Amino acid sequence: MALSPEDVADLARLARIALTREELEHLAPQLDVILESVAHVADVAADDIPPTSHALPLTNVFRDDVVVPSLPREEALAGAPAAELDRFRVPRILGDA
Amino acid sequence: MSDILTSRAVDLAAGIASGTTSSVEVTQAHLDRIAAVDGEIHAFLHVDGERALAAAAAVDARIKAGEQVGPLAGVPLALKDVLTYTGAPTTCGSKILEGWHPPYNATVTQRLLDADIVILGKTNLDEFAMGSSTENSAYGPTRNPWATDRIPGGSGGGSAAALAAFEAPLAIGTDTGGSIRQPAAVTGTVGVKPTYGGTSRYGLVALASSLDQPGPCARNVLDAALLHEVIAGHDPRDSTSIDASVPRVVEAARSGDIRGMKIGVVTELGGEGYAPGVQQRFDESVELLASLGAEIVEVSCPHFKYALPAYYLILPSEASSNLAKFDGMRFGLRVGDDGAHSAEQVMALTREAGFGAEVKRRIIIGTYALSSGYYDAYYGQAQKVRTLITRDFDAAFAQVDVLVSPTTPTTAFKLGERVDDPLAMYMNDLCTIPSNLAGNASASFPVGLDDGLPVGLQVMAPPLSDDRLYRVGAALERSLEATWGGPLLNSIPQLEVAR
Repeated sequence: MALSPEDVADLARLARIALTREELEHLAPQLDVILESVAHVADVAADDIPPTSHALPLTNVFRDDVVVPSLPREEALAGAPAAELDRFRVPRILGDA
Repeated sequence: MSDILTSRAVDLAAGIASGTTSSVEVTQAHLDRIAAVDGEIHAFLHVDGERALAAAAAVDARIKAGEQVGPLAGVPLALKDVLTYTGAPTTCGSKILEGWHPPYNATVTQRLLDADIVILGKTNLDEFAMGSSTENSAYGPTRNPWATDRIPGGSGGGSAAALAAFEAPLAIGTDTGGSIRQPAAVTGTVGVKPTYGGTSRYGLVALASSLDQPGPCARNVLDAALLHEVIAGHDPRDSTSIDASVPRVVEAARSGDIRGMKIGVVTELGGEGYAPGVQQRFDESVELLASLGAEIVEVSCPHFKYALPAYYLILPSEASSNLAKFDGMRFGLRVGDDGAHSAEQVMALTREAGFGAEVKRRIIIGTYALSSGYYDAYYGQAQKVRTLITRDFDAAFAQVDVLVSPTTPTTAFKLGERVDDPLAMYMNDLCTIPSNLAGNASASFPVGLDDGLPVGLQVMAPPLSDDRLYRVGAALERSLEATWGGPLLNSIPQLEVAR
């Protein structure tokens, strides 16, 4: 398997974490050990076993579509890192980044 | 130390209701205790004494006016800082949420408030509940009151330590892979993970949605049961909440009758790799249960050995998805927003600055396990193992009423000992993880000391049979306390008190 720091950099980019070079070098061998250990799940012959995504056999839940007050705008924006004109202000999304 | 601090919650509530003491007096005593010892223990991330005293005064006034109040009215509680509580910060032990105030209460929080329980503050935890030692908190570790150079367990080390240091008689934890039970075991306290869906996850900042479950933490079995009844029950705001009546846990805790009960000892959870002292306390406890009238049988759960690897694929996968919302756009930290960086770059810089090492490790593992080409081999296979573990439980519970094991393979280890060795850290959860994967009820109860450090016994019961946990716990507690001459925590070394 042997994850290289470059592999970790690829994963970090997918996960949107700007890891430093030192972190990549520190993490790669640690992740390798973890992945090697969890790979033991493959030792179980489970071809005919259905997967479980959820512990209990619950069926989907529906409720009536009733209009209720939403979170007031001020409260929704209260924790925002930046707000402007009653909206979340975000950095530029389009462009040559 | 005053009697108030060592009292059971049930007795404090009775005293408050009858007027022999007041919620204000009880709350003040705990705030004083926090001021005296929390500098060393660091169980709390946030304490709001003024608000707690105001809530206490309101309960006292209602009692004075002759109003009916609940069975724990006026009793103080410590809330794990991963459940939202308006008017106070919710940090999840992370820098990325530093200073964030939630706009709504978690259902668990609301039920505590509706029951007139007094919230003292928010307790420390491993960042986003990822860890077994509380060392992954961005705000510094919590110390074990039994030995302050040792870990209090995790992720709910703050809640467990607050109980053991007599800073609060009740606490709330959350358990994704053992985060209630393992801290309970290493601090000599009681911790219960209810059946998945038994308590609401609304307002619990999600780690792994299919595993997370809030639950009660206390110093004795009856207090835990009373708290369990306050927080449990159907919540339409959580789509995985079970619409069924709450198991009769208080009745079971008061009874403690285990005559004729069939108790299974899990062969795979014990022996090699378990500290001899832990194994010895466990074996003695099993003998004790037999002497109290239970029938003991050995039960094999052959797939439990795959629970740890399956968990460390399922959890990071769900976590990497759940933590995607911390993107620096709508709440929390934002880094690099200087007009030059794009939104995507700001996200990456924010998450780099805001997340600690363990959170990054798990997000990367989850990203890997979910990536195309690896999905079937890792996440898909782990989900199949989850099925096999559930089948092991089903087969076991067809033979016995409950299963027992040590809660943890060792007692509390030293701070720093495993902090950069993730695999060694993950081993703490060996015995607790199967119940999260299968969703059944599970608890840890104190059963003695090994070299001065607490040992816990885990009881596992079928889904919606949470009452059986309390029945076994109460039987053990009654019998062991008769031998010890009182609660195990009576023998905890005195903490140095700040003046």
